[in-house]
Amino acid sequence: MFNNEAPIYLQLFQRLALDIVTGKYKAGEKIPSVRELSTMFRVNPNTVQKALSELEDVELIYTERTNGKFVTDNKKIIKDYLENLAKEKTIIYMNNMKQLGYSVKEVIDMIERNE
Amino acid sequence: MLLECKNVCKSYGRKEILKDINLSLPSGKIVGLLGKNGSGKTTLIKAINGLLALDKGEILIDGKNVGVESKKIISYLPERNYLNVHKKVKDIIDYFSDFYEDFDKEKAYKLLNNLNIKAEDKLVTMSKGMREKVQLALVMSRRAKLYILDEPMGGVDPATRDYILDTILNNFDDGATIMMSTHLISDIERVLDEVIFIDDGKITRCEDADKLRKETGKSIDEVFREDFKC
Repeated sequence: MFNNEAPIYLQLFQRLALDIVTGKYKAGEKIPSVRELSTMFRVNPNTVQKALSELEDVELIYTERTNGKFVTDNKKIIKDYLENLAKEKTIIYMNNMKQLGYSVKEVIDMIERNE
Repeated sequence: MLLECKNVCKSYGRKEILKDINLSLPSGKIVGLLGKNGSGKTTLIKAINGLLALDKGEILIDGKNVGVESKKIISYLPERNYLNVHKKVKDIIDYFSDFYEDFDKEKAYKLLNNLNIKAEDKLVTMSKGMREKVQLALVMSRRAKLYILDEPMGGVDPATRDYILDTILNNFDDGATIMMSTHLISDIERVLDEVIFIDDGKITRCEDADKLRKETGKSIDEVFREDFKC
């Protein structure tokens, strides 16, 4: 599921962030416990803990004292995060296309033809 | 600290096996003890389990010297099979239950049941991989503070390795620490919090696994290969 070349907690963080912004876990919904995530992704519970604390830092999730962790109710945070991800991917794609010698206009044509 | 090794030295005759080992491990971690064959892994593990006398230095488990008390809190999986293969599974479980106060019989039966192993089965009828799984199930059925697993997947197929790794993970309690030795690094590195590299009787690295990946952009397996290139 994860590769061994990059920190596992970061990969898990990215994976869970993606699950949130794509609506697998909805705004305000409870996310699985550390134990459950550990079994699901077959990683160490400490790694899960670290990934969750990163998600909390970017405010995609929050902790409710004894109840567990929940996806933020703030839909703007989720939308902004999704947009940032889309932007990052676009930049990477555009750089690749520029490297192949395509202009922005040609790229747009290409996208329209392949949609 | 749950485990502390201070200036631990051990020789067999003129051959120095452990050369001034210093190590401390906290609770709540899964730690990999990684080294080539003959690097001193098993000797260090035996020393921690009180199975050999040190030439110098000391080992403390939960603040106590190695002895009767430390054995109560360490659950140890030796490298080799040590169970009587002609005994029935239920007799082995009774034996463990008599021997260790912290042995959870119910848990043992549950784990073995998942493997489709019956109380009346004997080890002698099982494959090597199956025997390893039984031994691991017994070791993980104790409620210990420190689990020491010496090559828990030596000589088993990849599917069995996955099973063993999952069993280790699913039975990892918050308060406990698991230390496992292996040279099959790529198979287990994803579950490790910390890695200890041992080479020629010396500790050459002891650090956070993800931190090491971040710093090097490499897997633990690659870092290991580079550090110990033959």
